[in-house]
Amino acid sequence: MLVQRQVRLAWLLVLPTLLVVVFVAGYPLAQVFYWSFYKADIALVDPPEFVGFENYLFLLRDPDFREALWNTVKFTVFSVSIETVLGLVIALIIHSNFRGRGLVRTAILIPWAIPTVVSAKMWQWMLNDVYGVINVIGVKLGILSQKVAFLARPELMLPAIIAVDVWKTTPFMALLLLAGLQLIPEELYEAASIDGATRWQQFWTITLPLLTPALVVALIFRTLDALRVFDVIYVMTGVNPATRTLAVYNRQNLIDFQDLGYGSAISVAILIVTFAFVILYMRSIGREALR
Amino acid sequence: MKRREFLKKAGMGLATGLLVSQGWVRAQSQATLRVSLGGGVGEGPRWMRSRLAEFTRRTGIRAEVFEAPTDTDAQLALYQQYWAGRSSDIDVYMVDVIWPGIIAPHALDLKQHFTEAELREFFPRIVQNNTIRGKLTSIPFFTDAGILYYRTDLLQKYGYRNPPRTWAELNQMAQRVMEEERKAGNRDFFGFVFQGKPYEGLTCDALEWIYSFGGGRIVEPDGRISVNNGRAALALNTVRRFVGTIAPQGVTSYAEEEARNVWQQGNALFMRNWPYAYALGQAENSPIRGKFAVTVLPKGAADAPNAATLGGWQLMVSAYSRYPKEAVELVRFLTSAESQKDFALNLSWLPTRPALYNDRDILARTPWFRDLLPVFQNAVSRPSDVAGARYNQVSEAIWTEVHSALTGRKTGEAAVRDLEARLRRILR
Repeated sequence: MLVQRQVRLAWLLVLPTLLVVVFVAGYPLAQVFYWSFYKADIALVDPPEFVGFENYLFLLRDPDFREALWNTVKFTVFSVSIETVLGLVIALIIHSNFRGRGLVRTAILIPWAIPTVVSAKMWQWMLNDVYGVINVIGVKLGILSQKVAFLARPELMLPAIIAVDVWKTTPFMALLLLAGLQLIPEELYEAASIDGATRWQQFWTITLPLLTPALVVALIFRTLDALRVFDVIYVMTGVNPATRTLAVYNRQNLIDFQDLGYGSAISVAILIVTFAFVILYMRSIGREALR
Repeated sequence: MKRREFLKKAGMGLATGLLVSQGWVRAQSQATLRVSLGGGVGEGPRWMRSRLAEFTRRTGIRAEVFEAPTDTDAQLALYQQYWAGRSSDIDVYMVDVIWPGIIAPHALDLKQHFTEAELREFFPRIVQNNTIRGKLTSIPFFTDAGILYYRTDLLQKYGYRNPPRTWAELNQMAQRVMEEERKAGNRDFFGFVFQGKPYEGLTCDALEWIYSFGGGRIVEPDGRISVNNGRAALALNTVRRFVGTIAPQGVTSYAEEEARNVWQQGNALFMRNWPYAYALGQAENSPIRGKFAVTVLPKGAADAPNAATLGGWQLMVSAYSRYPKEAVELVRFLTSAESQKDFALNLSWLPTRPALYNDRDILARTPWFRDLLPVFQNAVSRPSDVAGARYNQVSEAIWTEVHSALTGRKTGEAAVRDLEARLRRILR
């Protein structure tokens, strides 16, 4: 009886939240699914026409979609893995005790605090092939034999953008991992030192296993973020097919081409790709770590 | 500011605000026209306000400016939301020359409101461009066309009397001047910069190259897809050879401003751009002030036509306006010779009335207006009338294929063949 009443109260208390979720997440999502089965322009000038799976069939044959998907995966894998390694190194450094630690911890967050559009524009100028400061310095120091068009040569564009993303997001990764490091009790290291474990052994047997939950959360965070990357790419290279990701391609179809049906189908595809990555994480490392 | 002073000022501001808002409420009951224009036209909104005040003085009809985003794409995206909602909030829109096919369902047909004689005073090509399936969607407001900027001081220094007439000449001059200038110490000097980034600007540039080689207009006015021909391929192959030689490797990532940056720092002999770069290049702190001139873009062969892609802005009356009659009068006023002269003198906006290119006051300030009149008269339209609502897809296909030719991923021949296939699918 009491349990029943408590359950009812619990539902009552959760209800407002659930309603909000249904309205702000469920309803738009249902809309996207709905429109993905129609041929329609976003202004609905012509009456929408039900076309079944036609948008999805076209998507499977669309070379531009495949290229965008491939770009997205490349961007995600490279940027997230580099950011994780660098972030871990930085977290370990700023976790240790040294003079001026507070200052370094603050300073390191600056790239992350700058709005992406601003920093992407800055990097675009710095990477310019004629007046870009990186080329000027590179040539002066003899690192580059001649000026390089980083944002024009197809094979260099994505790596350049990944580098900018790494510059920007590594601090975020470091911050998340630093929080994880601070949760590891100091006594464990003391005990290990007494038992004669080297710093290297301590890292592999204490730090890394105990850091795994924070690491997995950070990885999922960053991966989902990277999969829907838009701003840094749109600002630096626009809709250039060599760097166009799923989100950029989606916006192009929805806004520039006003294609509500196909754009919605791409949105659903992005959802599926994101979902696949989450399941992959949960299956491989996540489940034990998060338990 | 002392506190009491501050309070006094704040109080006055509040009182003024109340009065103004009351006036605003009252104004809503009579016709108040709202004109939307992009913020990307510099001093445009400010000057527009003064013209609107003049309009109100003469007609008693109130009118105000609505400032839209700077970027063409963002403007269109915003407007399309208004149109989708059949909003009557904005009565007159300033629209890009490539939009008529997209805006046609939402535009009032102005053919019924302007006489044949009135329309004959505008550039016929722009009026034709703005006419979709017999419907006159908008009135030409100011125009734009791709032109060639060249350094008069350097051409003189190396003994050239005239700017290049053909692309081959341009290439030769650029190569020689570039070599000599680099030997003289400027390692960053280039021969030619243009818009090579895959976006709308590349479509404009590509149309000029192809048309000036006698390769047609990519999609002809009658809807025929003509791009798959040897001259078009030759045009792309020619420009492909510029990239990394007389043009910087990075030119395939340049929009207007990137090209102008290289040019205005004195690091290029030639540049393809819109007329806006002229005023900026002649500004007081510009390193190339007084050292350059503008002319028509070169052609591919002696028998080929000159080409300049048509740009510019039109005024459209919304089909959802509550005051269509008043809005039409406003458009008539803003596109009149008097208003256009005002805009030309103060903002260097190119008039859409050929008669103004002989105006003494205008020529005193910008003498090159008259020299370039033939260019503006012969400007080539992008295939926006044929493509209609699908223009953005058509343009994307053009710039994507052209870009892959410029970056060497495809030959010119393969690019025009693939472009034809893409266009066939889009315009099906």
